[in-house]
This record gives sequence, structure tokens and C-alpha cells, in this order.
Amino acid sequence: SVMELQAVVMAAGGGSRMMDLTYSMPKPLLPVGNKPLIWYPLNLLERIGFEEVIVITTKEVQKQMHIDTKMKLEMVCIQEDADMGTADALRHIQQKIKTDILVVSCDLITDVALHEVVDLFRAHDATLSMLMSKTHEFTETVPGQKGKKKTGEQRDFVGVDSSGKRLLFMANEADLDEELVIKKSIMRKHPRMHIKTGLVDAHLYCLKKSVVDFLADNKSITSIRGELIPYLVRKQFSASTNSQKTKNDSEKNQKKTDLKTPDEDLLDLAREKSCWNDHRGDMSDAYHGGKLRCYVHIMEDGMCYRVNTLAAYIEANRLVSEQTAQVGADSIIGAACHVSEKSSIKRSTIGASSCIKEKVKITNSIIMNGVTIEEGCSIQGSVICNQAVIGRGADIKYCLVGSGQCIEAEGQYLLHLSTTVM
Amino acid sequence: MAGTEGITQQELNNSTGETRDETDSRKNDYLQSKVEGKALSKEEKLKLRKEKKQQKKNKKDDKGPAKEEKAKKPVPVMDGQQAQQQRAPPTSPLVTPEAPPTGEKSGKSKVELRADRRARQDVDRTSKQGKKGDRSQLASTAKTKAPPSEPQPVVKRLPEHIQADDPAVLKKVAKKLERQQIPLRSDYGSKVSLFSHLHQYSRKAPLTQQMSIPSTVIHPSIVHLGLQYSQGIIAGSNSRCIALLHAFKQVIRDYATPRNEELSRDLVNKLKPYISFLNQCRPLSASMGNAIKYIKKEISNVSSNIKEEEAKTTLQNCIDKYIEEKIHLAAKAISKSAFEKISDGDVILVYGCSSLVNYILCDAFERGRKFRVIVVDSRPRLEGRETLRRLVKKGLSCTYVLITAVSYMLPEVSKVFLGAHALLANGYVMSRVGASQIALVAKAYNVPVLVCCETYKFCERVQTDSFVSNELDDPDDLIVTRKGKTELQNWQDIPSLRLLNLVYDVTPPDFVDLVITDLGMIPCTSVPVVLRVKNVDQ
Repeated sequence: SVMELQAVVMAAGGGSRMMDLTYSMPKPLLPVGNKPLIWYPLNLLERIGFEEVIVITTKEVQKQMHIDTKMKLEMVCIQEDADMGTADALRHIQQKIKTDILVVSCDLITDVALHEVVDLFRAHDATLSMLMSKTHEFTETVPGQKGKKKTGEQRDFVGVDSSGKRLLFMANEADLDEELVIKKSIMRKHPRMHIKTGLVDAHLYCLKKSVVDFLADNKSITSIRGELIPYLVRKQFSASTNSQKTKNDSEKNQKKTDLKTPDEDLLDLAREKSCWNDHRGDMSDAYHGGKLRCYVHIMEDGMCYRVNTLAAYIEANRLVSEQTAQVGADSIIGAACHVSEKSSIKRSTIGASSCIKEKVKITNSIIMNGVTIEEGCSIQGSVICNQAVIGRGADIKYCLVGSGQCIEAEGQYLLHLSTTVM
Repeated sequence: MAGTEGITQQELNNSTGETRDETDSRKNDYLQSKVEGKALSKEEKLKLRKEKKQQKKNKKDDKGPAKEEKAKKPVPVMDGQQAQQQRAPPTSPLVTPEAPPTGEKSGKSKVELRADRRARQDVDRTSKQGKKGDRSQLASTAKTKAPPSEPQPVVKRLPEHIQADDPAVLKKVAKKLERQQIPLRSDYGSKVSLFSHLHQYSRKAPLTQQMSIPSTVIHPSIVHLGLQYSQGIIAGSNSRCIALLHAFKQVIRDYATPRNEELSRDLVNKLKPYISFLNQCRPLSASMGNAIKYIKKEISNVSSNIKEEEAKTTLQNCIDKYIEEKIHLAAKAISKSAFEKISDGDVILVYGCSSLVNYILCDAFERGRKFRVIVVDSRPRLEGRETLRRLVKKGLSCTYVLITAVSYMLPEVSKVFLGAHALLANGYVMSRVGASQIALVAKAYNVPVLVCCETYKFCERVQTDSFVSNELDDPDDLIVTRKGKTELQNWQDIPSLRLLNLVYDVTPPDFVDLVITDLGMIPCTSVPVVLRVKNVDQ
């Protein structure tokens, strides 16, 4: 039967902004709410009805990944040290792509109604349709970080038209010198543009098959978010797009028989006879006659997190444990855990096979698998990674204890990072 | 000679009921003289004669109901019954094979005879209740026989889409959609009571919300089409039809006949859920309905001998031919006829956005006619803006007004051109809401109204008002924000407030002066003739 969309999950590499966590555990397997991070986008895809997913990942992740899902996961492994960008990965699987694709990043946790994004893609016959969300402030203190969070994150400038759906402009602060430059051709076609800065890019993209074919011919593009998306957004208004180039592109990209072109003519005829226009005030046809269109769905409310920083990771855990009602109203305790008497666990996640002795107080923390916490400890706002041992009576506040670390007994740590830095 | 006299006397005596003994004896003599091997007893013969007379009387009664019968079957049964009536009193089986009373039932089989006997016994039982009862029984049996054989008064079933307030129909529709695995779209907002029998959907709740992504049950191009319909991206009768045929071409292209199935039957079954889906997205237009009928006929006519690939190409060519003939060539023909009706210096009034009227005007302008256009527009669709844009782009000089100003503009108008969504069988024109008002006002000012419509939009429906069958659009379209204030924002909270956003209305043929079709220029009342000719052709 005919496939409408193919799902691709990018789970190779990443985590460069939270090396403290990811130096020993690959990002897709980081536990959030006692499930590996990659479970969340896969669950989203399964919930909305996908039956097959292509997962691009490394051998290491594939070995350790055990996801309980009914979907058929096709794992494509790439070399870990190949330093492949997301666009390179797409080029790698070009042969498997038979139709339009939905690309999702492995670190996306969201409850968006995906039909909003896909409907834009379908109804307007768009080349690109993506998801963005309003940023939420992170309220929790990040363990191991002294002082305020530096605004190292550079802002994204996103320009949309008056309907809020058509993506007109996208630029990152890093690429701009002092001024924001907007082409006249955009202003002529869309005199009213809203520029937004407080948006999070969910890294969820619907792309036409012709884009994948285009990537195969343009090997210089390595990253989807960094290079491909801004290129497509710019290309909407490039002078050459609206005349000849598209014909060449479409001839190049469409290896189908002539049956396709007269069909497209039929669709164009239907649109021409239709009394609808996406804008008014000038003499142009619908979409200003442009063939390349980019759309964005901006989520106003709801959950949408990209777990690519430590702060985001903690926030995600907190939210997920808020949403899942398991042991207690606000904590999740994993399988085969041993929690002794007089211990108190509040707003925390405890991983599998952990052992928590008596009189331990754990608040607002993330304890991963196989951790041993001796008696009398007090842990607050911290992240304790796999196989760590916290000695008796230790008092740990806002710290990050890396994998396999040992905290000495009676130690007092505040805003401390205990890891073996590679 | 003596015998005959005897008979007549006996009969006379019998009818009068006098001197029975005498007649009996005479009868006996007659019988004994006559009978040679016949085992008729005198009582039997008497009864036979009585029944004959009764039968004659009954025949007169039965001629009435018998005339109503058009089917042949009851008649022989009736006669059989009459025969049984005659034979009822002499119940001896010997009578039956040897005394064919009416002479029609010679050569009956044993089974039939047994059945006759049984029926006869039933009738006999009832005859004991009295002559009147018997007669009425016969009459009633005759009557009960008559209606089933009468041509049934044709029961017209109402289409489901105009029975939104009937829970039984809704349940049936829900069951059908469930079977086809298509989600049911729920109504939105309170409806005006006069239109509560129609569905009202919200554009913000598309059908895709309840479907899986990617769609597996419905072909992707049909899902795209449904979305474009419900969001109004493809609007307008011709446009919707062309887009539908395009989607069907994709479906046929991707179709593969399953094993043990025939393309002609299976493909039609595959199309049914798609059509239900499109209907849920937006009620089908008359043009779409006719196109679907044509496609289904073409598919069923595919012979089972030819290969699948060949069949598919044939079907796709059929679709192309349909579009070429019914839309393109029709538009050219209509434009040619309309060109004669447009003279230099004309002021032409058009309403809304009709692809055909736009084509006519642009074509006439290209051919050198000098005229100007007044474009009338109405809320909430404001389609006239599109007409205005297209005409001005071509170079025509246009004026733009809202429908509220139409009576001010009409004194300077020389002709009104209207497009049509469908032409009904009684000559009424179904068009965008507001067109009937334009026609009305034009009539009042004695301005000729010309409706341009291709023949493929003619439909067999009959409607005299705009209430019975219409389409309700999203009521939120009526909400407008001016100077930052949206008065109707919370209209749903006010229980006595209902918003009505009608899409179509019907114009009576008295207001329409001419209909320009690809078959020529005809008066509105000739539409049923065209329909009849079309059906004969097909």
C-alpha cells in the first residue's frame, strides 16, 4: 500500500552540552522518568499511528537499547567517530526513503497534537513543516552550577506571517553581526511579519522527498537544523526559485514517468480555478506563485522539551514524574529497588536496582540505576549517575555525581561536580 | 328437445326456489338419462348449478378489483379460487379432475390440484360463516392480492446529510463510518432551529485529528484533498471536481487488484470509504456527485479480459477526457455563446467568484469587446475580492461593491452574469448564498439575468426553497475583530444566540432569463429536457 510519511529518529551522537552526563552514557539512553530518552519520541510516533520507524544511531546505543514497542524499528548504525551531521545521516539512508519523511530528534519530549504540523504539510503541499514551542523558564537549580546560568544560548529569530503559520525568516544570533537583515522580496510579498525570539525549535520536521534527493546532490550541507532549514526558508523568496530553478529541480528530483507532470498540471488547474488566496492586497496568485513553501506550527501551551542541557534534563524529569502517577504522587521508583525504613523520597526519580538505606532523605533528585546510598544521607536537588556510591551520612546539595563515583562518608557537598572528566 | 326444455324449466324453478321436489325428480331423470360413466350425484349437480350462479354474481363483483390487477399471477389464482368455490360443495375428489369448471385449468399437476383442494377446503370453511362473509372474504382476498401487484408508490429515501437531527439516521451513519474505519465528525455550536437538520462543523476540528498519521485506511491524496476541502483551499464547483478527479487518478495509479478480485468490482468498493471521508470533510457538491457517478460507471464497464495496467491507463484517460470535454470544451462553448450576448459599452454585474464567469469575461475582453464590470461581494467569504483581482490583472475596469449596495448599482447595469453550483431538475438555480437576491433585485429593475452553467452540473434533485438541503459553514467565520474588539467572541455562552453561515441558496426560474450551457442557450424550464436527453445518451 501507499505510504504517506516515513518516520526517521536521529539518535546518533549529541549531548555535547551536557558532557557530565553523557560521557559515560549515550544521550538517547539517558533515563527520564526511568525510561530511556529515546522512548519518548518513539512513543509519540507510536501513539499517533506510525508502524515503522527508521532509527539512525550508533552501535553502542543499539546494543544497550531495549525499547518495548509494537512498531518495527529499523536500526541504521553509523560510526560514532564519523562526525556525521543530521543531514549527512539523511543522505546515508537516501535509498531507504520512498516518500515524504518526518524527522524527529531523539531528545524531544512533547505532547503536541502532531496532526497540526502534518496538516500544514498536507493542506498547503509544503516542502517543510516544523514544530516550535514557547520557551518555559527553568525554575530548578541546576546541580553543579555555581551562580546564574550564563546566557550562552544564542537567540533564534523566527519570522512568521500574519496568520502565524507561514515561516518567512529564520536566523540565529550567532550568524548575525549587529543587524538583522530582511530581504525586500519578503517584505514586498508579506508586508506584515511577526518576529519572535522566545521560541524553542523542537527539531521535528516534515520534509518532502525531493528535499532528501536534493541533499544527495548537495553534499556540502551537513546539518538539518543548522544549514538545511535556513536554506529552505531563504529559498522561498529567492528570485530563481520562482522561475526556472524549480523546473530544473523537479526534473532532476522526479525520476518518475511523465505521468506525474500532467497530474501536477491538473492540481495546478484546480488551484487556479479555486477562489481561495492565502493573502490579499496585491495582484499575486495564491502563495505568490511560489512552489517552495515552509510552514511552522507554534505550540502555545502543552509540553515540549528538548533534553539537550542539564537544566532541560532535570526539568524534563520533574515534569515526567509529575505526569506519571506512580509511587507516591510525585516520585518514581524503579524496579528491584531497595528502600529501607525511615527514608523519605520527595519529587525524585530512583532508577532500577538502587539501594537506599535507612534514614535517607532524598528531595528533588535524580538517582540512576544501581546506586547505593548509605544511611543517614541527605540528598537535595542533585543528579546521581549509575553505580555511584554515596557514603554514610553524606549531605549533598545541588551536586552532580558522575557514574561510578564514590562519595566519602560524612562528606558535605554543595554545588559540586564529582565526575572523572575525560 | 324435451331435455333442453326440462333443463330450462329446472333452472327457472331453481332460481325461484319453488317445487324443489319436482325439479329434483326431473333432474334425476335427466341425469340418469344423460350420465354415462359420470359419477355426479344429483345433490352435487344442484350445488354445482347454485355455485355457477353465485360465481356469476361474484364475477361481477370481482371484475372491479380484478381490473386493478395488472400482474397476471393473481388472476389465475382468482379463477382457481372461483373454480374452487364452484367445487367447494361437492367435496368429492372425483369431481376435480373430470369437471373443469371454467375450462382454464385443464392439465393441472397433482401438486397444484392438492393445493387447490386445500385452498378450496379453507374457502369452504369460511363459506360456512355465511354468504356475505364469504363474499367479503373473497373480496378482501382479492383486495389483498391486488395491492402487492400494484406498482409500489416509490418511497423516496431522504439523503443522510440533511437528517442531522434524527438520532436513528445518525446512528446508522455512525455504524457505516465505523465499518469503513472513518472517524465521525461531530457537530459544532448551536444551530438555528430552522436548519437543525443540517450538519455544522468547525474548521478548527479537522477530521485528521482522529485519524492516524500516516493515514493507512485512506489514500494519502484523498486525505490531502479532504483537508483542502475542509479548510477552503479548494473551493468552487469546478475546482473541487477537478481536484477530486486528480485524486482519483492517483488512487487508480497506486491501486493493485488483490487476488481473486476483479478490478471492476473491487475498485468501486475501494472508492466508497474515500467518498464517505470526503463527505465528512465537506458535503459533496453536485458536480462532484456527477463525476463520481461517471467514474463508477466507467470502472464497472471495465471488461475483465484486459490486463490491469491497461485498465488503469484506460480509466485515467477516461478521467482526462471527462475533464477535457465537460469542463474545458464546455467553457469554450459557453464563452462563445456568451460572447454574442456581451455588447460594446455594456455594464456587467457579477457576484462572488465563479471560475466560468471569470473565464467568459476574460475571453470576451481578449476578443476585443469593450465593457466594464461591477463585482458584488458579500461577507463572510468575500470571494469577490478574488474575482476583482483576476479581472483587474487582465485589464478590465471594475467596480467593487458589497451586496448591500446592489440596488444602488443596478440602474446602470445592463446585464447580470451569475455562475451556478448546480441546476436542479425543476429549473431552479442553486448558487452561492446571495445570488437569488441579486436575481430578485435585477428582476425588479428589469435587468436580464444570465446564468452560465455546464451541463455536467445539472442534477436530478428538485428543490423549491433554500432550507431543505443546504450547507452550514463554520459559524466562527462570522466573527470579526475591529479596532481590537471582538464582540462575538463568546457567542456560545449566550444560550439564545445562534450564528448562521449559509453557503447556498436557490433562485427560482422566474428570475432567470437565460441559461447558457455548452448545449446552447436555453430557458430555465428546459433543464429537465436536457437531463432526459443526457440520461438517454448514457
